[in-house]
Amino acid sequence: MAKKDLKHAMEESNLWYDAFASDQTRHTPEGSSGNPDEKFRIIGQYTKRIDGEKIVTGSAPYTQDIKLRGMLIGKILRSPHAKAEILSIGLGAAQDLPGVKAAIPMNRGNIMYAGQMVAAVAAIDEKAAERALDLINVEYKPMPFVVTEERAKQDGAPQVHDDRPNVEERRGYSRGDVEDGFAKADVVIERTYKTAVEIHQTAETHSSIAKWQGERLTVWDSTQAIHAVRDDLAQVLQIPASHITVIKHYMGGGFGSKLGLSEQTVVAAMLARETGMPVKVMLSRKDNSLCVGNRPSTLQTYKGGVKKDGTITALGLLSYTSGGIRGGDRCSEPLIDVHKCDNVKVEDYNIYTNTGASRPTRAPGLTQGTFGCEGFIDELAHAIGMDPLEFRKKNYTTKNRGGTGIPYSSKGLDKAYEIGAKEIGWEKRNKVPGGGTGRFRRGIGMAAGIWWGAGSPGTQADVKLHPDGSVEAICGTQDIGCGTRTHMAVVAAETLGLEPPDITVRLGNSDYPWAPVSGGSLTTPSVAPAVRDAALKAAEYLKDMAASKLKVPASSVVCQNRKFAEKENPENTVPFKEVLRELSHEMVFHGERKGLPDGYAYNTFGAHFAEVEVDTVTGKIKVIKVVAVHDSGRIMNKQTAESQVVGGVTQGLSTALFEQRIMDDTTGRMVNPNLRDYKIATSMDIPEIVPIFVDIVDPLINNLGTKGLGEPPRIPSSAVIGNAVYNAIGVHIREIPMTPDKVLRALKEKEAGR
Amino acid sequence: MNEGKVKKGKSFTRRDFLKGFGSGTLGAALAPKLLAQKAESIQTQSGEVPVYSRKQVKLTINGKDFNLVVEPQETLLDILRDKLNLTGAKKMCDRGECGGCTVLLDGNPIYSCMYLAIRAEGANITTIEGVAQKDKLHPLQQAFIDNDAYQCGFCTPGFLLVSTALLKKNPHPTLDQIKEGLSGNLCRCGNFAKIYQAIDQAAKTGRP
Repeated sequence: MAKKDLKHAMEESNLWYDAFASDQTRHTPEGSSGNPDEKFRIIGQYTKRIDGEKIVTGSAPYTQDIKLRGMLIGKILRSPHAKAEILSIGLGAAQDLPGVKAAIPMNRGNIMYAGQMVAAVAAIDEKAAERALDLINVEYKPMPFVVTEERAKQDGAPQVHDDRPNVEERRGYSRGDVEDGFAKADVVIERTYKTAVEIHQTAETHSSIAKWQGERLTVWDSTQAIHAVRDDLAQVLQIPASHITVIKHYMGGGFGSKLGLSEQTVVAAMLARETGMPVKVMLSRKDNSLCVGNRPSTLQTYKGGVKKDGTITALGLLSYTSGGIRGGDRCSEPLIDVHKCDNVKVEDYNIYTNTGASRPTRAPGLTQGTFGCEGFIDELAHAIGMDPLEFRKKNYTTKNRGGTGIPYSSKGLDKAYEIGAKEIGWEKRNKVPGGGTGRFRRGIGMAAGIWWGAGSPGTQADVKLHPDGSVEAICGTQDIGCGTRTHMAVVAAETLGLEPPDITVRLGNSDYPWAPVSGGSLTTPSVAPAVRDAALKAAEYLKDMAASKLKVPASSVVCQNRKFAEKENPENTVPFKEVLRELSHEMVFHGERKGLPDGYAYNTFGAHFAEVEVDTVTGKIKVIKVVAVHDSGRIMNKQTAESQVVGGVTQGLSTALFEQRIMDDTTGRMVNPNLRDYKIATSMDIPEIVPIFVDIVDPLINNLGTKGLGEPPRIPSSAVIGNAVYNAIGVHIREIPMTPDKVLRALKEKEAGR
Repeated sequence: MNEGKVKKGKSFTRRDFLKGFGSGTLGAALAPKLLAQKAESIQTQSGEVPVYSRKQVKLTINGKDFNLVVEPQETLLDILRDKLNLTGAKKMCDRGECGGCTVLLDGNPIYSCMYLAIRAEGANITTIEGVAQKDKLHPLQQAFIDNDAYQCGFCTPGFLLVSTALLKKNPHPTLDQIKEGLSGNLCRCGNFAKIYQAIDQAAKTGRP
């Protein structure tokens, strides 16, 4: 086994994302058990979380809350320099400090950004660990750095990576002939949109606890990816994956920043190995602002040709994106896929800067790309005097790649348009953008969104039956706040004729059957079908047993109301528990999420509609109402699904109006690495939010007809505010966050007739 | 945040300390030397102020009395989490920006990460662990479950405590009053809209 260094392991753990986004038709078709069209009793209804009581009583154990006997506190020393050579790391004084059990170097090469780790210590308490950090003597040779995209693009800017230029071309996209398309257009316009670097700022900072017992390592990790953490940790530590167990009970938010192995997990494992004692490493809020990832900034220039009848003849995109020392986000997907167009060309460039590495951030690339693309679609519609909703309907497709590719397995975006327009009162909008008068101007806008979310074939789950009548649903997935525990209980209970609280759900342990990372909207369409498969097998086995008690053939036995009953004669029943009592020992039924049939594109869709009010004196934008309509296939649990949508809308609002990392060119440091200066939406900013599901059962995707919902509500949720503001004041704010200064500047420019 | 009955800038004079001792809060069997290590005194406008390296404080937490030896730099949050294993209050920002560590001090919400434990002498503290009555959830807790007023749940204890204080002060808040009442707490999953619903339900149906 080749030893991977931490940097490479972490990079690779994020690479799945690109692969995942590039090809959706690689799976072989396989039959799956169950019929997606079936009518359900609990699935699709409102089910309260089965772990709600733990959350509201404060007894849900987050990694940060776990304490082990003899546990040491680990802390990480970070570089104050944005770029430097480490000449030496003096650990002697730190090691000699009473209470300190270990001080180890974590970096022997170059510093690439301010905040990069240099060394780590383990001590008996926080205080000793903090004092030990002060005693580490690092000799740096500072080097020229560049921390902003504008400067990194300039000639003669300090080079971030030795082996590549600051501006690096990446894979583009092309179909048809854009020049020909532009020539055929009645109107051609070009617009540039800009999005800022956003920080995940998860509620729980990244935290890990590591404990060795001989050769075996147990890690309690604040992660979205227990199996990926196990596998990558095995490579970094050069021990077999079978020696590692990763546990995640509860986690305080991830949004992509905990998708794969994180550095504090490695530090905890190394310090624990060094000291022979369990070690907890919990990052500070500042660390979490600098070192655990971010959403890359983008600068997107669109060029589009359109005929007066609304036909889009060509679309072009020149995209620059910056993910610090790592690559940025691909934000061309909305342009390539959503609206009908034969001629499309995308050029894509990374810009490297000496800032922390990017990491997937809820709907990476699509959030930024949708802000640009959907803003541009509105401007195209305006350019030919067409209603933006009519324009989108005119360019609707049922095949991917803008109508040039393969058919979607199902697509409910047209229904989402209809429902959303009705709910927001689309007819109330200004027919001409900025048509209103007075200080406060209202406007209504919309934006469409696309995402993947088919789930991972190969996901495993078990259903375990006990002779005492109790039932377990087991899967090595993780509940990152989306309600996966409850979904598993819902699916198992539905299938076995039980109620969700009857099911003991086990997840969050890498010793359990494999499930993918909880990112990319993968979890529900991976885990729910696997649990369904296992539960169907268990039900079949039990129906056989019940059949002899009911004296009917197994084919006429149904599970309902905690009983087995004869389908044609519902009075003839035997209790669930009574059948299980016949088992001589526990029985395990293994389920799998089967493959996806070839030849189809599997995507989720959504359309958001928003009403805003702009104060033309202060430049402040107030969002009044957001209607978010989603096609994510069959919804497993409306209760938690609505929360996903409400959260996605709120985060999109936060990004659209407030969020930005600010870097200081002179010092190379982040100016706002905290929750006071890095602004996020608060309770004072929240509009009325109306989540609606189109609820189409996808006939092909899996045995439940369900698609993912993690990312989708986050995709049009910033763009829609931009478009509503455009409708309100007649000028498009093409840069997020849309802070009051930008609104006032744009209004002034409009007044001056520019 | 409203600090309620706790007087701002209250300094612990030697006299106060002894007074407290005399009133029995510290337990007469213990020798003063063990209870407080006074390094020196400094002179301030309000008189001589002792400087302790550690001090015994009496706190009532969730209805139970505790006598704890605390160091002057220790926050109430650290004491709750590290010494008493009451981990419902979260360390989210550790600098008074997010409300994840909210507890009630004499009925008023405070950021426990910004409140020195030594200052909480004699205070009555409620943490999330003390909100339910035996096996019965507080109406707000039930309303949070009913309305799915959480996602990851990390900020939930803080929101619940600030909500209980809000309803105590204002049993029938308007939506704007609810928003204002929650404005010191951050929910990064962005589930505020569900939290409003929960508070509204509790206000209408519960006995907060």
